[in-house]
Amino acid sequence: MLKTFPLGGIHPPEFKLTSGSPIKQLPLPQTVAIMVSQHIGAPASLLVNKGDSVKTGQLIASINGFVSSNIHSSVSGNISKIDTIIDTTGYRQTAVFIDVAGDEWVDTIDRSSELVRDINLKPEEITEKCRESGIVGLGGATFPSHVKLTVPTGKKCNLLIINGVECEPYLTSDHRLMLEKGEEILVGISILMKALGVEQAMIGIENNKSDAIAHLTRLSSDYKGITVYPLAVKYPQGAEKQLIKALINREVPSGRLPLDVGAVVHNVGTAYAVYEAVQKNKPLFERVVTITGKSVTNPGNYLVRTGTAVRHLIEAAGGMPDDTGKIVNGGPMMGKALNNTEVPVVKGTSGIILFPSDESIRPELKPCIRCAKCISACALNLEPYLLANLSARGLFERAEIEKITDCMECGSCSYTCPANRPLLDYIRLGKSTVIKMARQRNIK
Amino acid sequence: MSNPLNISPSPHIHGKESTEKLMYGVVLALMPALFASIYFFGTGAIIVTATSVISCISFEYLIQRFILRKPLSINDGSAIVTGLLLALNLPSNIPVPVIIIGSLVAIGVAKMTFGGLGNNPFNPALAGRVFMLISFPVQMTSWPVPSGFKTGYIDAVTGATPLSIIKEGIKNGESLSQLMEKVPSTANMIFGNMGGSIGEVSALALIIGMIYMLYQKIITWHIPVSIIGSIAVFTALLWLINPESNADPMFHILAGGVLLGAIFMATDYVTSPMSPVAMLIYGCGIGILTVIIRVWGAYPEGVSFAILIMNAFVPLMNTYIKPKRFGEEVKNG
Repeated sequence: MLKTFPLGGIHPPEFKLTSGSPIKQLPLPQTVAIMVSQHIGAPASLLVNKGDSVKTGQLIASINGFVSSNIHSSVSGNISKIDTIIDTTGYRQTAVFIDVAGDEWVDTIDRSSELVRDINLKPEEITEKCRESGIVGLGGATFPSHVKLTVPTGKKCNLLIINGVECEPYLTSDHRLMLEKGEEILVGISILMKALGVEQAMIGIENNKSDAIAHLTRLSSDYKGITVYPLAVKYPQGAEKQLIKALINREVPSGRLPLDVGAVVHNVGTAYAVYEAVQKNKPLFERVVTITGKSVTNPGNYLVRTGTAVRHLIEAAGGMPDDTGKIVNGGPMMGKALNNTEVPVVKGTSGIILFPSDESIRPELKPCIRCAKCISACALNLEPYLLANLSARGLFERAEIEKITDCMECGSCSYTCPANRPLLDYIRLGKSTVIKMARQRNIK
Repeated sequence: MSNPLNISPSPHIHGKESTEKLMYGVVLALMPALFASIYFFGTGAIIVTATSVISCISFEYLIQRFILRKPLSINDGSAIVTGLLLALNLPSNIPVPVIIIGSLVAIGVAKMTFGGLGNNPFNPALAGRVFMLISFPVQMTSWPVPSGFKTGYIDAVTGATPLSIIKEGIKNGESLSQLMEKVPSTANMIFGNMGGSIGEVSALALIIGMIYMLYQKIITWHIPVSIIGSIAVFTALLWLINPESNADPMFHILAGGVLLGAIFMATDYVTSPMSPVAMLIYGCGIGILTVIIRVWGAYPEGVSFAILIMNAFVPLMNTYIKPKRFGEEVKNG
C-alpha cells in the first residue's frame, strides 16, 4: 500500500497534458512589469526610479521586514515607468515596468550549466543567501524561504520534507523540473538540510509521476540522507499538513506550524531555486510555468522571466482558443481566475490554464440535501455545509468554534457537492471575518 | 478579446456528482426489490407502485406550481424515490385512494410544508406510511400471500406476516418452537416468499441494492451496519436469555422491514445525521427501538416508528456530535 493521508480527499481527473513536454525558454518579451509584492508579507521597498537602466538579476526592490522578500530585475533594459497593474489577486499593485534591451546579466551570476555539488557556505550563510536572492516558496504560497529556514529558539527541526506532490490537476511544472533538473534539486535539498541542521530529508511524489520517482530515486543514492517516497494519488496531498501526515503519520496541531512536529516542508521548485541562489549566485527571477488547457494547440512548460505578461505564454502555446471562457492562474482547484492577459507572471505562478467556456460556468445551484459528502471530502474533518451556513447567516462566533480558521481552502467540498453549493465561497467569507474578529480581540 | 472571461473563486472544476445522479442511483438500487415484489405479488405490486410514484410526483408538481409558485424541482428525482419507497412499504392489495392519501401526506405534509427537498425533518415516505397505518389499520395490515401473477388485486388471499404470527402466537401462549414451524423457512425469507409489504420481503433483492449503493458511494456503511448489527446483538441477547419466547436474530433481521428500513429508509440523506459517529449512534438507536417495539410494543413491527423517532434526534446529534478535527489538540487538564 502506498502512503497517503487518511482523512477525506478527492480524485479529480488529472489532465496532465504537458507531463511529456520538456521545459522550453520563453522568448524575452519587449516589456516586463515586475511586481514589488510577489510574496506573502510586506511588499519590497523600491530602489530604482523611472529612467534607470538595470541588468538581469539586479536588485530593484529590497526586503522590507523579516517576512518579506527581495525583488530582482528579470531582464536588462530601461525603466519606463513605475505604475500599478492588475496582478493575479485582481487588485492594482505597484510594478516596475522595464523596456527590454538585450539580455545583460549581473556579472556575479554563474551562467554555466555545470553542476556544482560542493556546498561551501555555513548554515547561517545559506539562510542569508536565500534572503538576499529573494527565494520564496514556489509551491504557490510564496512564503519567504529564509523565514522557514530560521528555526525559532526552543523549536527543533529534525526532518526536511520536500514536496514533489503536485496534486493539482493540469500542472506539470514541478514534474518536469524533477525530470530535467534532478541533480540540481538534490543538491538544493542538501543545502536546505545543511541550513536546517537535519540529517534526513524525505521527498514525497505522487505515483502518477512514476518517471520522476524512478529518476530521483536513482540519483538520490549519491546523496546522504535523502529518500524518495511514492504516494498514492489524492488531492490535496500537496498541502503541507496532509503531506506530513502521509509521510510520517503525524498531525500538525490546529493553528500550528510543521515545526511543531519537527518538520519543515519545502517545494521541489524551491529546492531548485535554492540551488541556483547558493551554488550559482543567481537570484530568483525566472521559473517554470505550465501553459495548458483542453483546447490549447501547443500546451507546454516554459521557463519564464517574472514580469512577463500572461499573453506571451498564451501566444507561445498557439494563441487563445476561440472557446476560452476562463483563464486561471495556478491549479484548477486553488488557482485564481484572471480578468485580462496582461497580468504579469510572478514568483508563485505555477501554471496558466485556459478553460473552455462550457467548463467555466458553475453548474446550477440546488438545495442542500445533507448528503454529508462535503464532510467525507474534507481533509481536515471540518463540516463544510455547517461552516458555509453559519457564514451565510453571519454566525461567525459559532463558525470560529467550529474551527473555520483551520480551513486551507483546498476546494474539495465545493468540488464534491452534488447540489453545487458554493461552500468554499461562504467559508472564505467566514474565515476572513473570523480572522479579523480575532485580530481586533487581540488589539483590545 | 473575442469573448468575455468568466471570473469566479476557486475551485474551477466540479466533480461528477449531482443530486439527480444520486436520486436516480437510489431508484436503480430499488429495482431488484421492485422486480421481486412484482414476481411475488403480481399486478398488485404494479398498481401500488405506479399509483404511489405518480401521485407523489403529481402532488409535488401541483404544490410547487400552484401553491408555492416556486421553480419546479420534480426532475431532481426525489419525489420518485419517495413514491417508490412509500409503495415498497405497503401491502399489495391496498386500495388506490388510500395510496393517494398516503402520498399526499408524504409529499404535501412531510416534505413540502417544511420547504421541500433538504428541509424535511422526517422521512416523507415513512411519515406517509405511518399516517396510513394509523388511519387505515385494517387495509394496512392485511397481507396478501405471495403467489406471483395469480394473485388478484383486491380479492387476494391474505395471511399473516412472520412477525405477526410470532406476536399473536406468544400472546396466545404458544411456544416459540411451535410457532417457528408456522413461519416461512429461512430460504423463503431470504428470497422473499412470505407475506409483508411488497418491497420488504426479499432480503436478497434489498442486499443487491445495498451493494450497488455502497459501490457507487451513494450511501456509506455506517447506518445499515449499525442498525442490522444492533438488532442482531439485542435480539441475540434476548434469545440467549429465553429461547422459548424470543425469536433468533436471523429471524428478526429477515422478517419485516429491517433490511428495507436499514438500507433505504434510514439512509435518507436529509433525515439522517451528517457525521459518521452520529450515524452509528442513530443506527443503533433505530435498532434498539425496533426490537423494543417488536418485543414489548403493541405493534408486531417497529422499524418505521423507530426511524421516525430517531429522525427527531438528528438535529440534536448534528449540533453536538462533532467529527474529530484534523490536528485537534488533546486538552491537558
